[in-house]
Amino acid sequence: MTTTSQDTTGGRRAGAETLLEVRGLRKVYDGRVEAVRDLTFAVSRGEFVCVVGPSGAGKTTLLKCIAGLLPPTSGDVVLEGSPVAGPPPGMAVVFQEYGRSLFPWMTVRQNVELPLKQKRLPRDRRQELVDEALAAVSLADVPGSYPWQLSGGMQQRVAIARAVAYEPHILLMDEPFAAVDAQTRADLEDLMRSLWHRMGVTTVFVTHDIDEAVYLGQRVLVLSSSPTVVLDDVAIDLPVERDQLTTRSSARFAELRAHVFEQVRRAKRERGR
Amino acid sequence: MSRALRGGRGLLAALLLPVLLVAAWWVLTADSTSFYLPPLHDVFARFPEVWTPERIRLDVVPSVLRLGAGYALALVIGVSLGVAIGSARRLRAFVEPVLEFLRAVPPTVLVPVFMLFAGLGDTMKVLVIVSGAVWPILLNTIEGVRAVDGTLSETCRCYGIHGPARLRHLVIRSASPQIVAGMRQALSVAIILMVISELFAAEDGIGYLLIQFQRGFAIADMWTAIIVLGLLGIALAMLMRLFEWRTLRWYRGLREAQRGRS
Amino acid sequence: MTKAPELSSAQRGPAAVDAGSGPGSVARRLLRGNVAAGVLGFAAFLVLLEVVPRTGVVSPDYLPPFSRIAGALGDLVREGGFWTAVGDTLRSWFLGLLIAVALGIVAGFVIGTVPVLREFTASTIEFLRPIPSVALIPLAVLVFGLSMKSTLLLVVYASFWQVLIQVLYGVADVDPVARDTARSFGLGRWARTVHVTWPTALPYVFTGIRLAAAVALILAITAELVIGIPGLGAEIGVAQQSGAVPRMYALVVVTGIFGVIVNVGFRAAERRLLSWHASVRGEVPV
Repeated sequence: MTTTSQDTTGGRRAGAETLLEVRGLRKVYDGRVEAVRDLTFAVSRGEFVCVVGPSGAGKTTLLKCIAGLLPPTSGDVVLEGSPVAGPPPGMAVVFQEYGRSLFPWMTVRQNVELPLKQKRLPRDRRQELVDEALAAVSLADVPGSYPWQLSGGMQQRVAIARAVAYEPHILLMDEPFAAVDAQTRADLEDLMRSLWHRMGVTTVFVTHDIDEAVYLGQRVLVLSSSPTVVLDDVAIDLPVERDQLTTRSSARFAELRAHVFEQVRRAKRERGR
Repeated sequence: MSRALRGGRGLLAALLLPVLLVAAWWVLTADSTSFYLPPLHDVFARFPEVWTPERIRLDVVPSVLRLGAGYALALVIGVSLGVAIGSARRLRAFVEPVLEFLRAVPPTVLVPVFMLFAGLGDTMKVLVIVSGAVWPILLNTIEGVRAVDGTLSETCRCYGIHGPARLRHLVIRSASPQIVAGMRQALSVAIILMVISELFAAEDGIGYLLIQFQRGFAIADMWTAIIVLGLLGIALAMLMRLFEWRTLRWYRGLREAQRGRS
Repeated sequence: MTKAPELSSAQRGPAAVDAGSGPGSVARRLLRGNVAAGVLGFAAFLVLLEVVPRTGVVSPDYLPPFSRIAGALGDLVREGGFWTAVGDTLRSWFLGLLIAVALGIVAGFVIGTVPVLREFTASTIEFLRPIPSVALIPLAVLVFGLSMKSTLLLVVYASFWQVLIQVLYGVADVDPVARDTARSFGLGRWARTVHVTWPTALPYVFTGIRLAAAVALILAITAELVIGIPGLGAEIGVAQQSGAVPRMYALVVVTGIFGVIVNVGFRAAERRLLSWHASVRGEVPV
């Protein structure tokens, strides 16, 4: 049974300015494997949107298409009014494999500074941004270290600092905390929330962890398994101030979580898995 | 063990066997009447006679300059071609069999070939050195460029790092462990070719002196030349090590960290 | 427990052997495309080799067109003397390689497994290794004259280091956990060497043999060329002196072919013989 994208305006805040629009995104690999069938949704400026779905649901494909790293077979990705043909300026990406996304021959500071050099910012401004970003992720004391001298969690913080220092209009994160242990993950999740609070960066956060998606997001987009469509767009009406302990044990959290979980399970069943 | 003691032991370990070997050589040949193996004492005595400042200027310097020129040229050609070929999958597949064949030809065999083109002068010798030294550098560069990490590459695309910046910050740095390994192999090849080209057809050079001494049966002098070549090889190898130690500090650290983690 | 980050191939270290294509039709298609491109490239090279001398860009006296080289090659193959020379070269290559490998493995294992020896010989190895083997050519000529022994001296000296270095690295690569486990089971030194050290070092041994084989071929031919000992190298020297240019090139091609056979052959043998060895070992850059 094929499904098409549901109406996805449920979660969006009324009257907000649209930053990112994805219309009818379709991606077929090698002319045969239809990874993504039809994705349509929009993201407003300043929103924190989580994308969740069963494994193999084309979440990474979606992110790569938004990031301009992968050309879609059909459909559009429109960022700030312009269609995305290649990686657009004003966008930062944080990958899951932090070990491979940081340059091992550069120090932490140099890693964070590199994209800023590319932006041709003057040295003082670069210095400022780097210091701010490293302080924001609590890594102000290791600017001279090399990434491989740091733990996994710290490396991912460096990647986040780099993204944040870049002052992007939109931040894409591809399962960034999947390869990190549970305690570090909790810290990093809170870090993301606080960064988002302070800087108000529009964020699209892809994850397979339903709890994480509900904890972090203002909206959760639930994807089906491939060929992928948007199954649901859930508004997360949890309080703005969230806390690992209290929020996660609240009743509303449990409801939302169960709702998303049910969607994902249904998606898996429909696919016949 | 305290640091001073450890350092002392390290020095002892480094020097003991070499010193013992030289001493043994000295003692065992002290009364030698063998034609080919004169007493080491005599060989040492010949050093100041043979390797005068003039001799050094006229023979050692040209040799080393030719070596340097050939090596530098091989480095430039090898890295630039290597980056170009390594970055383009189609081009690599196209060129690979030809390269595989060309590099399998023993470089010394090309000396007669180059003599046809370039006669007996410095050009010929530099060409010979380049023709042999370029291969380890070229092939290792291709290999290194090919293996640039995909995630790192995507990161560069996302942050708009293209063209020369990408080349400098991503490609060459990422391939530098391989390139440096190639540089090390190329150094040994270059030294060998320098000597061969001078053994064959030359008017000056350390290799030239070596063969002259042998032909003139100046055996002790010949041994000094062998020792000089050995020292040259050792000195250059040490320089290479120093270079490697400094440029690949990050790589060593990275590997150690990974090994520790697994 | 933090999951270990995925290692890119660059971070794993220089790979000894391209492991070849993965499963699936995409990989197979890629491989076929690569093979086709390679054949095309080689053909283009030959065409260039034919055309360039003919157009006079390079004088045909210095670089005969490919067809003439091929003709000389055909003549060569029919000559008895050629095959004798091939036999001479291969004989010294093989013998020298055998000796160097035997010495290298024994020395490597002995030095590698006794930490004191390792420590005290390290500097000596570093000093002796960079000495160019060709510096010994005049000495070899003096002592052994124009016999195969001269070639052997040079071949063994140069190839020995390749094997030794690789074996040392192989022995050093032994997993301390495996070694301790063996010791706790009461395995004596010899048993440990056989059951733990040898299998770990085996891939390195093969790499060392492969590298040594290539070096041995080069040195054998070089010795023949420079000294005049009978063999392919000597044939090249003779051809050059007598001005038989196409013949000289044909002989160069023959040495190239042998070089390719040695490289490719040993790599293939290594892959086949070590297919059971699940290791992420890399060729240690020498």
